Amino acid sequence: MSTVFIPAVLRANVGGVKSLELEGDSIRAVVGALVAQHPSLGSQLLTDDGDLNRFVNVYVNGQDVRYLEGLDTPVAPADEVRLLPAMAGG
Amino acid sequence: MPKSYADLLREARSQIREVSPQEVDALPAGAATIVDVREASEWEQGHLPGAHHVSKSYIEQQIEGAAPDRDAPVILYCAGGVRSLFAAQTLAEMGYSDVASMSGGFQAWKGAGLDFETPVVLTAEQKQRYSRHLLIPEVGSAGQARLLGSKALFIGAGGLGSPAALYLAAAGVGTIGIVDFDIVDVSNLQRQIIHTTDRVGERKVESARQSINALNPDINVVLHEEMLVAANVERLIAGYDVILDGTDTFETRYILNDAAVAAGIPVVHASVFRFEGQLTTFVPYDGPCYRCLYPTPPPPELAPGCSVAGVLGVVPGILGLLQANEALKVLLGIGTTLSGRLLLFDALETEFTELKLRRDPNCPVCSDAAVQARAEGHPLQVDGVDVDAPFLMTMTGLAGKVSPDARA
Repeated sequence: MSTVFIPAVLRANVGGVKSLELEGDSIRAVVGALVAQHPSLGSQLLTDDGDLNRFVNVYVNGQDVRYLEGLDTPVAPADEVRLLPAMAGG
Repeated sequence: MPKSYADLLREARSQIREVSPQEVDALPAGAATIVDVREASEWEQGHLPGAHHVSKSYIEQQIEGAAPDRDAPVILYCAGGVRSLFAAQTLAEMGYSDVASMSGGFQAWKGAGLDFETPVVLTAEQKQRYSRHLLIPEVGSAGQARLLGSKALFIGAGGLGSPAALYLAAAGVGTIGIVDFDIVDVSNLQRQIIHTTDRVGERKVESARQSINALNPDINVVLHEEMLVAANVERLIAGYDVILDGTDTFETRYILNDAAVAAGIPVVHASVFRFEGQLTTFVPYDGPCYRCLYPTPPPPELAPGCSVAGVLGVVPGILGLLQANEALKVLLGIGTTLSGRLLLFDALETEFTELKLRRDPNCPVCSDAAVQARAEGHPLQVDGVDVDAPFLMTMTGLAGKVSPDARA
């Protein structure tokens, strides 16, 4: 199980929790498990083609998956996965 | 047995090696740490190039700041070569193994026609006001003079800009520009502490100027009462040394990013949402830019501003002060900025998290290809579409015009 941290802006979609423990050995599998549990997140995280939306960054242990292997980036059981959308408030 | 001055001087001469001004002048740069032990009033009249100033009365307390390595060579000098001998004895007692005193002191140096520097002299009022900065070796009077000659631009005098502008004003950043077209609303006062209840209804730029000058009348406050847009951004940011981005729209943040990268001006970026904040420093070409981090803005429903979603007032306060800290480091050229790192703050957990940011090699604004296109005076082409900074934003940004493959 890896820990997925949910940013405040998306918490309403996951019942208000800050993090979830999810199964999956890749970002694709973990995000898939997240969307399966909380389908309303699907359109916010993924494009119609199943790619990550460009305005949501995904980090594994502090590293942007765009510079690793994207959705195919491997995820180990103790890894921390963080979703990070842009915020504008000032 | 009591000792006379002559006894003490003889003892010091027998213990401390002396070097001539010519020998000091012939040293390669950085071969020794040169420390001026005279009083501040003497230092201000001129000193050896590259010397540190630690007056003899503070030598025990402050030498470790100027010369941290006890085995590295240290050369002390004063006006005539006596005080530096006694100071050198003190350093030898403290375990400095290679200490010398310059014979004849600064008078002999000048008499030999060797180069010297005259430091920027702060006024007596400035010395009092900034005394706690002057005590820090990394700032000192040279750093304070640098701050007084610096220009910082605030995009927004809101939740982030309020504390940051007050602290930069207090720190003596000589010119503070403020871009804001809004007026003070009573709902701003829960966090925008640069404004006051009796100024509700006034222009924010004018209200901010009053607070800044009440705190520090020396600061030149430049009011830009207009909305930052693509048509005016280059004019607004021109001449500033650092920009603090505290706006609350994506459009403004992208327009600012694109123009600041092109102008080579660092942007200290922060944004807040309820209990959370994000902070980084975009130093053009040193680290990523805003578009490397977020290639396109999210749809509006995913990114409500403070006026829709709310924010705990202290969150922009904390993030704004971290912005001010970043700006001071950029202006002073000290420490390590957040360039290439994104700092996340969670007020509910009191938790800071750091993420690594990278430059996007295909960034339409800061990639080598984009830099080259700007230098050649034509728009960068991505996927057959002209893109040029500053971009005209749409809510889908470049994603609407350029395929993900071209940006992958």
